[in-house]
Amino acid sequence: MTPFTYARATGPADAIRMGQGDGAKYLGGGTNLVDLMRETIEHPATLVDVTGLSTAIEPLDGGGLRIGAAASNTSLAAHPQVREAYPVLARAILAGASGQIRNMATVGGNILQRTRCTYFYDDAARCNKRAPGAGCDAIDGFNRIHAILGASPACVATHPSDMCVALAALDATVRLDGPEGARELPLAALHRLPGARPDVETELRPGELIVAVDLPALPFAARSTYRKVRDRASYAFALVSVAAALDLEGNIVRDVRLALGGVAHKPWRAEAAEAALRGKPATAENFRAAAEAELSAAVGLRDNAFKIELARRTIVAVLGELAEVQA
Amino acid sequence: MRFIVNGASMEAQVDLRTSLLDLLRDHLGLTGSKKGCNQGACGACTVLVDGTRINSCLALAVQYQNREIVTVEGLAEGAALHPLQAAFVEHDGFQCGYCTPGQLCSAIGMADEIARGVPSIVTADLSAETIPLDHDELRERMSGNLCRCGAYNGIVAAIAETFAKEPA
Ligand SMILES: Cc1cc2nc3c(=O)[nH]c(=O)nc-3n(C[C@H](O)[C@H](O)[C@H](O)COP(=O)(O)OP(=O)(O)OC[C@H]3O[C@@H](n4cnc5c(N)ncnc54)[C@H](O)[C@@H]3O)c2cc1C
Ligand code: SF4
Ligand code: FES
Ligand code: FES
Repeated sequence: MTPFTYARATGPADAIRMGQGDGAKYLGGGTNLVDLMRETIEHPATLVDVTGLSTAIEPLDGGGLRIGAAASNTSLAAHPQVREAYPVLARAILAGASGQIRNMATVGGNILQRTRCTYFYDDAARCNKRAPGAGCDAIDGFNRIHAILGASPACVATHPSDMCVALAALDATVRLDGPEGARELPLAALHRLPGARPDVETELRPGELIVAVDLPALPFAARSTYRKVRDRASYAFALVSVAAALDLEGNIVRDVRLALGGVAHKPWRAEAAEAALRGKPATAENFRAAAEAELSAAVGLRDNAFKIELARRTIVAVLGELAEVQA
Repeated sequence: MRFIVNGASMEAQVDLRTSLLDLLRDHLGLTGSKKGCNQGACGACTVLVDGTRINSCLALAVQYQNREIVTVEGLAEGAALHPLQAAFVEHDGFQCGYCTPGQLCSAIGMADEIARGVPSIVTADLSAETIPLDHDELRERMSGNLCRCGAYNGIVAAIAETFAKEPA
């Protein structure tokens, strides 16, 4: 690990002041960053500890919730209003990592966690994300866990967060602050597709800090859930996951929110499937057609083509499960 | 830097890169917490901080100054084992014992989470105020602690006997 200096921020302004400069990084629970520093993939010169920032989870005027960036993953999943009004978010968080890691992990850190591509972690391998222009050993290598949607010839990595898949489905907004002032970005627009620059992973500007995440009021999200398909039943990253909320009027889909995890460089909001479903009867055939619409652009690599059918079937299963639930 | 470990205040001058696990083991002489993977994947390094279980290998010590840290060495009251420790002996909750300190601290933190009503991914009813520590809940909640000897049956039996209101 490269040596660094450390400072604990007392508030956002303090954090942003200390977080300026090339070598500075914000530190949440450290569950991803400390690991990457130990592997010498990250080597910040300064760590600005932001666990002292707001951990509050509070109702917003006009409905919805504001979640402080330093709130732990456990406290967010356990929050009564999240469990009741946004079960998809509670379940997505609880499907990730372990009890110990969820206790340490912050909301800000979860959003900005980096890919689990094994070649990214292996500094003997070629990786455009780690060393731009070096090449990508995953494209022709062991790529079972890699992307089927939105990948590029430069990078086929996935974003590993479960929580973000639920946030994308719920139209969450990320509140940022930084040297150039405060702004907001939809969660679904925060992470980038790899394109030619897989090393640039988000739309964040240098020194920008995640201050909070806002969940809009979405009454039908009370009928929502998360399903994660993985190689073992617990404590494993997703092969494919689906976050969904369904609003039915009789048997007709009045509205729907759908997002996929484990399939792309970002949490994948399934807008084509949503559009295909609105106004249609909630039947298995229509769920299947919507899933096909979303996955029509999917491309399989040597080892991961199974994810395409897995994603379709998981979408159909999850929507079917939600349609059964009594409103 | 000042740390509070097992109720005692301790001073240590350590490099900023030191993990909480290395602080405990190499600087404070508390070698009970174990280093299995050093990357968050096994749970052998689990300790309690202000009553909450964490993996000390992924924690930078500097972030944990002045917090109440409890390690496996802090569980017994003098010669009297913690009930969970006694149950591990009773039920053969180990073979080599390497994962045991982490299993113990993790299970104590887990029992506190259950008592506070923290749900898990196998909790069917998220609105339930009390969650029974049944077999599925126990196994899911302890999935962050691996045992390479496969002593899981004894581990589950010991935890269930100590904390579960219903048989696991
Ligand atoms: C063994 C293991 C298994 C796991 N399994 C899963 C899983 O199944 N599903 C899943 O979703 N995740 C999983 N994770 C990942 C885990 O969820 C993340 O490591 C965690 O959420 C990161 O949060 P943190 O607070 O520890 O972030 P840190 O490691 O502290 O930081 C991560 C990144 O976020 C930046 N950052 C932190 N806070 C802010 C802020 N407020 N503003 C701007 N930047 C910030 C940091 O600079 C850093 O780049 C697993 C991790 C491990 C070690
Ligand atoms: S898929 Fe992306 S992260 Fe993985 S080796 Fe290729 S460039 Fe690197
Ligand atoms: S040593 Fe910390 S989780 Fe394995
Ligand atoms: S008893 Fe040997 S690893 Fe668990």
